[in-house]
Amino acid sequence: MTRPRTDLYRMIARNKRATAFFVVLISLLLGAVGAALGWYFGWGIELYLVFAAGIIVYNLVLYHNSDRIALAVNRARPADPVVYRQLHNIVEEVAIAAGLPKPGVYVIETEAPNAFATGRRPDKAAVAVTTGLLEMMNREELQGVIAHEIAHIRNWDILLQTVVAIIGGLIVLLRDIFLRWGLFFGGGRRSRRSSSGGGQAGLIIVIVGIALAILAPLLVALIRAAISRRREYLADAAGAYIVRNPHGLASALAKLGGSRTKLTTASNATAHMFITSPFAQDRARTAGAFASHPPLADRVRRLQELTVPESED
Amino acid sequence: MIVWIVVVVAVLLAVFVIAGYNALVMKRNRVKNGWHQIDVQLKRRTDLIPNLVETVKGYAAHEKGVFERVTEARAAVMKARGPAESAQANNMLSDTLKSLFAVVENYPDLKANQNFLKLQEELTATENKISFARQFYNDMVMDFNNRIQMFPSNIIAGLFRFEAAEFYTVPEAEREAPKVSFTG
Repeated sequence: MTRPRTDLYRMIARNKRATAFFVVLISLLLGAVGAALGWYFGWGIELYLVFAAGIIVYNLVLYHNSDRIALAVNRARPADPVVYRQLHNIVEEVAIAAGLPKPGVYVIETEAPNAFATGRRPDKAAVAVTTGLLEMMNREELQGVIAHEIAHIRNWDILLQTVVAIIGGLIVLLRDIFLRWGLFFGGGRRSRRSSSGGGQAGLIIVIVGIALAILAPLLVALIRAAISRRREYLADAAGAYIVRNPHGLASALAKLGGSRTKLTTASNATAHMFITSPFAQDRARTAGAFASHPPLADRVRRLQELTVPESED
Repeated sequence: MIVWIVVVVAVLLAVFVIAGYNALVMKRNRVKNGWHQIDVQLKRRTDLIPNLVETVKGYAAHEKGVFERVTEARAAVMKARGPAESAQANNMLSDTLKSLFAVVENYPDLKANQNFLKLQEELTATENKISFARQFYNDMVMDFNNRIQMFPSNIIAGLFRFEAAEFYTVPEAEREAPKVSFTG
């Protein structure tokens, strides 16, 4: 009993450290981009501060709305407590087991069976499941899936997901801005440099844009490494521990492995959020270096090997 | 020089006592909160039972003995005080509910009744919540009791008279099948 708890706290601490590391790294990167721009265009310190403030405000706004954005992007709507009575019950009982407040409950209208958790803090979190999942799973299996999602919430995986997703979005946004400026405005007209500087500035902006274009997919790969396959294994094990029952989740994952429906609202940037890869062809395949999830068969095997610790009651 | 050493030691000691005391209070509050969670769910179950009994009666009026036992067990639960007594009464109630659902097996019409199905889901969920709340409560009790008994926090616990909390126990028989499922 003591061991899993200490491991858990160590893991949570590591998650928070990883989050802080990402924030610092990306802030430095953006600061450097801003400084380069400032140097090239001869911005004063004021313009540079405006640039920095803009990015900070953008991040704060996204941070405070991250759960709503994640839910909206995936077309999730609040689950009606009467129609989805059982789902609400299950979320509430697993939250009690984990010692957390009940998160928001959302459904996504689609055949593809899947689920994800989002939010920035355990007390401001949400879980979303697809109607396809609700149809496919029995009560015990659904409880297993919800336990996996609540484990992500309790382990603070959701904060790391949120932060990394915001940064990924920012890089994509900057890339679009740079490419457009570079191509359509020639960019350098505002430059105080020599007459030939105009063309040069345009070129530089295009180069920065292209660099970001290369960086964006790399960052998505980084996201996947951060929300790594190990975290999925951990959420499986922690979920089984929360409800003291590995069979529900194991059976649910086995069923998901048999499903071949693709989730159309998912993109590379959001794939890591789900309990299983939203792209059908990825599920059965053995995991490559850039896969967002470990192969389902392996997760099922690991769960079946789990012996549930003797409960103290 | 000596004065400074004394001051530093005194400050460190004060910090140790304050931090230790606060940690104990926090853990004791978690135990209280855990107990409250169980209480809420147990109360909810006793609220569900009259409706359930009425619904089953509509189909199986002559199974009087079962209804009486359920009603008696429910009354005992409502009278029980403290974790140990409450645990015992609630386990009795769980047993009588099991026999009630065994009776239901003989009435296919009842098993298809929408109202009954809803009550069955509510009861299953409440039973799960009770068992999960109990699990969480016991985790918190162990955490708190460890603090009280382990060195050096046991010194502070003794100083401020913190008492070990009581576990919410279940009889040996229920240990094998901790979660009651009425489905299927």
